[in-house]
Amino acid sequence: MMLFLVFVAALIYLFSYLFAGKSSGVFYGGLIGSTIYVIVAYYSGSKMALAMNRAQEIQKKDNPRLYRMVENLAITEGLPTPKVYIMNDPAPNAFATGRDPRSSVVCVTTGLLELMNDKELEGVLAHELGHIKNYDIRVTMIAFALTVVISFIADMILRFTIFSDRENNSPATLLLGIFAAILAPIVATFIQLAISRRREYLADATGALATRYPEGLASALEKIGKAGSATKVQNSSTAHLFFANPLKKGSISNLFSTHPPIKDRVARLRSMGTHA
Amino acid sequence: MTIAIIVIVAVVLIGIVVAVMYNSLVTLNQQSSEAFSDIKVQLKRRYDLIPNLVSAVKGYAKHESTVFKEVTEAREKALGANGVAETAKADGDFQKTMKSLFAVAEAYPDLKASDNFQKLQDEITDTEDKIQAARRFYNGVVRDFNTKRTTFPTNVLAGSLGFKEDKEFYAVDESEAEAIEKPVDVKF
Repeated sequence: MMLFLVFVAALIYLFSYLFAGKSSGVFYGGLIGSTIYVIVAYYSGSKMALAMNRAQEIQKKDNPRLYRMVENLAITEGLPTPKVYIMNDPAPNAFATGRDPRSSVVCVTTGLLELMNDKELEGVLAHELGHIKNYDIRVTMIAFALTVVISFIADMILRFTIFSDRENNSPATLLLGIFAAILAPIVATFIQLAISRRREYLADATGALATRYPEGLASALEKIGKAGSATKVQNSSTAHLFFANPLKKGSISNLFSTHPPIKDRVARLRSMGTHA
Repeated sequence: MTIAIIVIVAVVLIGIVVAVMYNSLVTLNQQSSEAFSDIKVQLKRRYDLIPNLVSAVKGYAKHESTVFKEVTEAREKALGANGVAETAKADGDFQKTMKSLFAVAEAYPDLKASDNFQKLQDEITDTEDKIQAARRFYNGVVRDFNTKRTTFPTNVLAGSLGFKEDKEFYAVDESEAEAIEKPVDVKF
């Protein structure tokens, strides 16, 4: 996170150095606009994620097996019980959303409910509750927001470099500006994805600690690896919220993945019980 | 002049460090009290289900009066328990009587088949799961408190800040370990 903030600050500094005084109104207007966008996304992000994936809320009587599991895991982790949603999709997957434990939501697919036995389902739910407990949704929203801001600033730098008069700046500084502007969004995305992957490992560990049974989660991951976790509704902006990568494979390489590879996650989980 | 400034800064820094340590110990202390209350909430839920269960079994097995007496007495004792150790012991003792009660129920297939009994079993199993979850959370908080209290640098000041002892875990007797693994034997 610190790296991100430093990055943003550096970009803003670079921008103001290059274009001090020129059309700063547009720049600040845009910055305020993107800040508002980020704030709105922060507060309504979970509702959007649920609506986009067409999830339905359930009560205890609709699915006692699922609801009781969520309830009991919440007690184990010391969290208030999240709302429970089900998503109609044959692919086994789950996600958690909500910026703090009080407004949290857990959603599972019908495919997950069918495929998993009790211990495995518990592992997956514990992982999701781990995300809620670690405020991961908030972390990734902020990271995503900073990526937006960085991309915006970079875009501005590019525009101004092309269309400004260059009396005040040497070609070298301008070149640096262009270079930074092109690279910035890419680097920002890499950082955001790396953060997302680390938090996935952390949620795995938190979930394993809560259930005291990492094998449940490991075996669930293996089943998902075989069955494939690509959901019917493909949406890259909510992809990072899911338990396993919901996007179809092929076009996305490892560096761009929001989730660590399943094999690595399983290996880490299986080694948990064995060292002192 | 500079020496005065250095001394003031040092005092302020030390003050901040002490405040942070104290607050973290107080927070964990409060959390563990709350966690213990939550255990009692779940336990109460379980004990509230018992009279219904006893009357359901009595309907079919009127003459097993010793078991009913034991269950009722263990329940009374458990409801009156105070503090972690006493509650844990009463919990363990009660579990033993529950096993006898369900052993009695197994001899009466009509009872086992009845809707009422099955619903009660369902509720009790879920309640036992919740008790276990609450115990686990409580023990986690106690572990964090004890660790904080005894690790450097907080351990230097913990005693003088008023935190002189480790808290006890909600531990159940070795012989009760099996009762915990399968909280209530609801197998047929």
